Order: sequence, then structure tokens, then C-alpha cells
Amino acid sequence: MTDAPKLASERAAQADPRTLRFGETWAYAAAPEGTDHFEIAERYGLFIDGAFADAAQGATLDTLNPASEERLSSVACGGEADVDRAVAAARRAQPAWAGLPAAERGRFLFRIARLLQERAREFACLETLDGGKPIREARDVDVPLAAAHFFYHAGWADKLELAFPGGRPQPLGVVGQVIPWNFPLLMAAWKIAPALACGNTVVLKPAETTPLTALRLAEVLVQAGLPAGVVNIVTGDGTTGAALVRHPGVDKVAFTGSTAVGKEIQRALAGSGKPLTLELGGKAAHIVLDDASIDQAVEGIVRGIFFNQGHVCCAGSRLLVQESVHDLLVEKLRRRVERIRVGNPMDKNTDMGAINSRAQLERIEALVASGTDQGAKLYQSSCALPDRGYWFRPTFFTEVSQSHRIAQEEIFGPVLSVLTFRTPDEAIEKANNTPYGLSAGVWTDKGSRILWLAARLRAGVVWNNTFNRFDPGSPFGGFRESGFGREGGRQGLRGYVQLDGELLGA
Amino acid sequence: MSDRVEVRKTYKLFVGGKFPRSESGRSYVPAAAGGVNVTRGSRKDLRDAVTAARKGLPGWSQSTGYLQGQILYRLAEMLETRRRSMVDEIGGGPAEADAEVTAAIDTITYYAGLPDKLPSLLGSQNGVSGPFFNFSTVEPTGVIGVVAPDAPALAGLMALVLPLLAGGNTVVALVSEANPLPGLALGELLAVSDVPAGAVNLLAGKREELVPEFAAHRDLDGLLLAGAPAAAPSAAAADSVKRVRYAGADAAQWSLAAPPGVAWVEPFVEVKTFWHPVAP
Repeated sequence: MTDAPKLASERAAQADPRTLRFGETWAYAAAPEGTDHFEIAERYGLFIDGAFADAAQGATLDTLNPASEERLSSVACGGEADVDRAVAAARRAQPAWAGLPAAERGRFLFRIARLLQERAREFACLETLDGGKPIREARDVDVPLAAAHFFYHAGWADKLELAFPGGRPQPLGVVGQVIPWNFPLLMAAWKIAPALACGNTVVLKPAETTPLTALRLAEVLVQAGLPAGVVNIVTGDGTTGAALVRHPGVDKVAFTGSTAVGKEIQRALAGSGKPLTLELGGKAAHIVLDDASIDQAVEGIVRGIFFNQGHVCCAGSRLLVQESVHDLLVEKLRRRVERIRVGNPMDKNTDMGAINSRAQLERIEALVASGTDQGAKLYQSSCALPDRGYWFRPTFFTEVSQSHRIAQEEIFGPVLSVLTFRTPDEAIEKANNTPYGLSAGVWTDKGSRILWLAARLRAGVVWNNTFNRFDPGSPFGGFRESGFGREGGRQGLRGYVQLDGELLGA
Repeated sequence: MSDRVEVRKTYKLFVGGKFPRSESGRSYVPAAAGGVNVTRGSRKDLRDAVTAARKGLPGWSQSTGYLQGQILYRLAEMLETRRRSMVDEIGGGPAEADAEVTAAIDTITYYAGLPDKLPSLLGSQNGVSGPFFNFSTVEPTGVIGVVAPDAPALAGLMALVLPLLAGGNTVVALVSEANPLPGLALGELLAVSDVPAGAVNLLAGKREELVPEFAAHRDLDGLLLAGAPAAAPSAAAADSVKRVRYAGADAAQWSLAAPPGVAWVEPFVEVKTFWHPVAP
């Protein structure tokens, strides 16, 4: 463990004679995605009762391209009066929406799924411009999954009795939903689709820094002919979200975001009896055992922490490596991280894009500084970074101990903490040693070991010999302070229906 | 009855499989309990009980559903043979008390048959768009605090505790304040039913004093309370993102009604989803 780095790298090179050394001979030519097929309006209003309108107070927010710091557009910043109007519209629309034949509700969702697929490129470009994620991810993950969520839940609309035998599922009414900036369109789809399938109407509050794809989704809803008021989208900042979740006319709240804000919402709803689902932070353990395929594990580790610049609540941010393979794995990881292409998110070759906002960049920088201060060993890619915009190099720390802030706190950036363990028992103990419990990963060749470990990890999603996979059919959500309730799958519908005999919520 | 000086029993707490007096040295004489001394639990007793429940969690939660079911069924056997003394402990009209014991036994047998069905009822194999084997199963939330209603003192406690045990959780329960005897007597049955030590812990005491402590205790993973939703415990519970549910104000109704399927189990189990690649 205390070998000099040079020695470790020599050993690794011996262990892996197939290493190819390209140097700079395989540089990629620029391959930017074109943006001439769609327009971004100068200003966007709130989407309430089927129409766009300015905020009552006239307040607006600028939304920037984090890769260039250039202003893309302005959106209305909703206040209490706007939330009020949106909730009232949703309330008016709800009985008729729930009263539609279920198959017709489903057909609206099918239409939305199809429209998203047909306008996929425009949505992908807009997501990347507004949020900073690589176009490859927006194109291959965010937009297809958003469409898939609508398509999947479309099919549930007329099969709810099959999902809850004997439960006589009923809609909850008006649902208030607040979503984060890391997967703006996907989170909107993830929230809206099950709510509508179950006969609820929605007021959605997109994130402050990434409102554009949700507003474009509003255009799709109009195009799909969705009745006015069934979905209302109120952009704004934290105060807008706070007004929505506290609104007395909201029957259920669904929130994805930080654990701190989740606790505030749980407190705000205390005693109301309203159902609440929370999908909060994480500090996922990613465990590599000595018999794992190390090359595949390295790819999984990279996918686990550098996907979407690490702005992922379920990111594999704590790597737990069995001691005997630590040096080899770290050396391979170092080489792999060095090859991650960081830069223009609109370039189709880019692996890692821009950090979403200046505020987030500052949080990442502060936590990374704490890692160095507390004695962990820093490794960062030597890649060049653009002059403008918010950027952070792919980073990992070795020699991390469990008490370090970088091993306990969610960084929400491209920063991995590497720890070691000797026995599977120790791996479990370390893996479960945070207040979170959203996701975890296990790499080993042995099936019985996978099941043993996975059963002991206190996490809602366990990826075995893979990481960061998502599907609308697969329930997602956390244990402990990562929140409660599931999204996706049959279990995800539970958060949007009332059943016979159920207990009362908070 | 002869004029023999009979042996009187103090009803004590049940923590970690033992029957301690309160560390606070306090007792009280509940109005409905016919002049019997009852140990009055404190915050420290709650902490001890949570520690015991946490310690008991791996043993109970990792038992097979079949074994859990048999152990719960054994509890029903025990209660059936203790019916007469339990009727006395419940007090009031004997016919009504007897019916309450019957309801409690029925609740236990219902849930005794449930643990080995939960994976089928609440889990799933999930179709995903890719070469992955994906399935979801359920695991207990952990250590859950229960606040039982004043009445029905036995059936109300059973209606709340049993779904939690069936889900694999361990429990710290505050029994009826007005009449703690049936709840504490339950400890004497649990102790001889092969229910592992720490799986169920029973406290008696003042709700006003102890409910805020339940709500604020960071090592309780959830709360299930008799009564209508209340702001104070729910707000305090948010500090550790506890799962909180209320059974409703009409305790007589929900205590004596047939158990509502898995509806009371579901809020206190966690869905865990596994992904594994499929490859030649």
C-alpha cells in the first residue's frame, strides 16, 4: 500500500502488458452538434392552464450556458400568486382528467412519448446548452429515457387495478413536484408521467439553472393536445419551490434534490397527513473485490463517477477496493481518467462537460480542498480546460479514510474517493457507514458473493458488475436519509395513488 | 377468595428480552389498571430499548420468512393459553375483553402467514430495455418506534406491531398509557415465544414525555403512531428522514378490523432493486 508510485506503475505495467500508449497521435477533430434546427426564445413565461404567461410580479431569471457563461434566455420567476394560479388550474382540471377513460389518459402519454422521440435532437441540444452535460449523454440517455418514461407509464394508465390487486387505486389529486438541475427533462418526465397515468394533475417546479427543456416539454404537451391545467410548469428559484410544497391546495408532494431541502419539506408537511416522496442525496459505495474483472470495473468506476460530471445523486463516489488489487486498479484508473475528454459539451466526442453552475463549482472546489487538507492524496487529469465556463478536472483521491469529509459528504461533482478493505464484512461495514442509502455497486466474478453483498448493502439500487443504469421499469429510490418512496416500476406507481386501508402519511 | 396475602406483581418494561425497572426509578399507578404498580419508562429507557432493537435487528431480519412466521404463530399459541389472565389485564367487561383477545390472536395469525409471501407480493422482476437481469425485493426499514393507543390496549398494540415484525423490522413500542398491563404482559409472552431478544421492546410511561423522544431519536428509522397525523412528532422525525405513518383516530375500528393486507407493512419495508448484466 505504501509503494512509491513509480514502483506501483511498473508493477501494473507488468500485470497488464496490453497497454497501448497513443500519446497525442489520436487526437479527435472537433465534432460539434448543429443547433440550426431550433430556436431559443428571448423570454419564456410560466406554463399555467395551458398557456404561457409572465409572473404576476414580472420577475425573471436569466439562464446561462455553463460552458460559456453566456445568457441563453430569461424565464419567469414564479411567486406565491403564480403558484396559487397554477394549483387552482390543476385543481380545476383534475376531476375531468381522472374521469377520462383510463386508456385515453394513456393515449395522451403515448403521444407525448412519441413527440419527444420525434423532437429528440432539439431536446438533447437544449439540455446540453442549458445544463452543460455532454451532448452524447443528453442524446443517448436523458432524452430517450424521458420518452421511455412517458411510454412506460402510458401503458399503466389502464392497468392500475392490476398493479394493486384489491387496493382500488384512486388518484391523490393535485401533485406538487420539485426537480433538480442534473437531469432536467428526465426528472420532469420521471415525475409527470406516473402522476398523470394515475389520474393526478401536476404543478411542476423545474430547477433554477435548467428551466428550458421543461418549458419546451410544455410545448410538446400542447402539441399532444393535453387538456389545459393537467400539467402546469412554474419556473423560479428556491422560494418558488417552497411556495409550491407548502401550498394548502397541493395533495401530494414529490421532491428530488438535496437531503437538507428534503428535510425542510418533510418538516413543512408535518401533521398535514399528505403523502410525500423524497429522492435525496447519496454517497454510493462502489465495491471492487479481488476476483473482479479489473478492466471492466475501471470502466464501471468511470461511468459511476464521471457520468454527467458526477452531478448524479446515485454516483459511485466512494470506491471501496480490496487491498490486494488496489495498486493495480488505481494505476489503471489513473490512465483511464487521463483519457477522459473534457470540453465543449456540444461536441459529440466529449466525455465530460461543464459543471452546472458557478455555485456548484465552488462547492466542489471547497470539498476537494478539504480532501487535500485532511490528508488524502489528490490525482487530477492533466487535461486542458476551456477559458470560459465552469469546469472541473476528473479527480480522484487515494488514501482516504472514512472520517474525511470527501468520504462522508455528497460532492455532486467529478470527484471520487478511494478507500480499501480486506474482507467482504469490512466492505459492508464501510459501505453502510454514511447516513445515505441510495445506490451501491459490486464488482466480483462470483454470483453467490454478489447476492451476499447486495443483500447487506443498505441501498435502494444495487448495480452488480455494472453501474448507473436506469430504466422506467426499474424502481429507483433510497434507504435512510436518501429519502423514501420509489420512482419507476410497479412500485413507483404507489406514490401517486390512494389505496383502501392505507395508513395516513406525515 | 381467601384472606391469604396474595403476591402482587409489578408490571415492568420489556427491553432486550429482559424485564427491567426504569433506570429513572419511577413508577405510576394507571387509572384503568386497578391499583397495580407499573414501571414508568424514561428517555434513557427508550435509548436502551433502541439499542436493544438495533442489536436484535440482524437476527430477526435475516431469519427466513418461514421461521419468522413460525415464531409469530408461536406467539399466537402463547396468547391463546394466556387468554384468561389477559382478559383480566384488559379489564372492563369480560365479554368485550375476550373479544379483544380474539382479535389480537387473529391479527397475529394473519401476519404469521405473511413474511414468506412479501417478496412475491411487494417484489418484482422488472422488464428493462437492455441485457440485464433486474429484480426488486423488499427489506425491513430497520428499527421502528410504535405509539399504541390507550384502547384497545392489547389489540391496538398488536395491530401496529405485527405488520412491522412481519416486514422484518424490530420494534420499540410505547404501550397504552391508560392501561399498560396488557401491553407489558405481552412481553411475558414474547419472552417464551422464541421471538429473539430485542425484536420487540415494550415501554410504559407518559406519552407527553416520551413521544417527543421517540420522534427525535436518530437511530429510529420510522414511527408508527396511533391517532391522527400530528405536527410535532412528524416535524422532529424529519431530522433523520424517518418514515412516519399514523393509524388514524378511530383505534377501536382499526384495531379490531381484519388486517388490511400488506397496506401497513409496505410503508416500513424498503424496495431494493438489483441490476446484473446478462452476457454469454
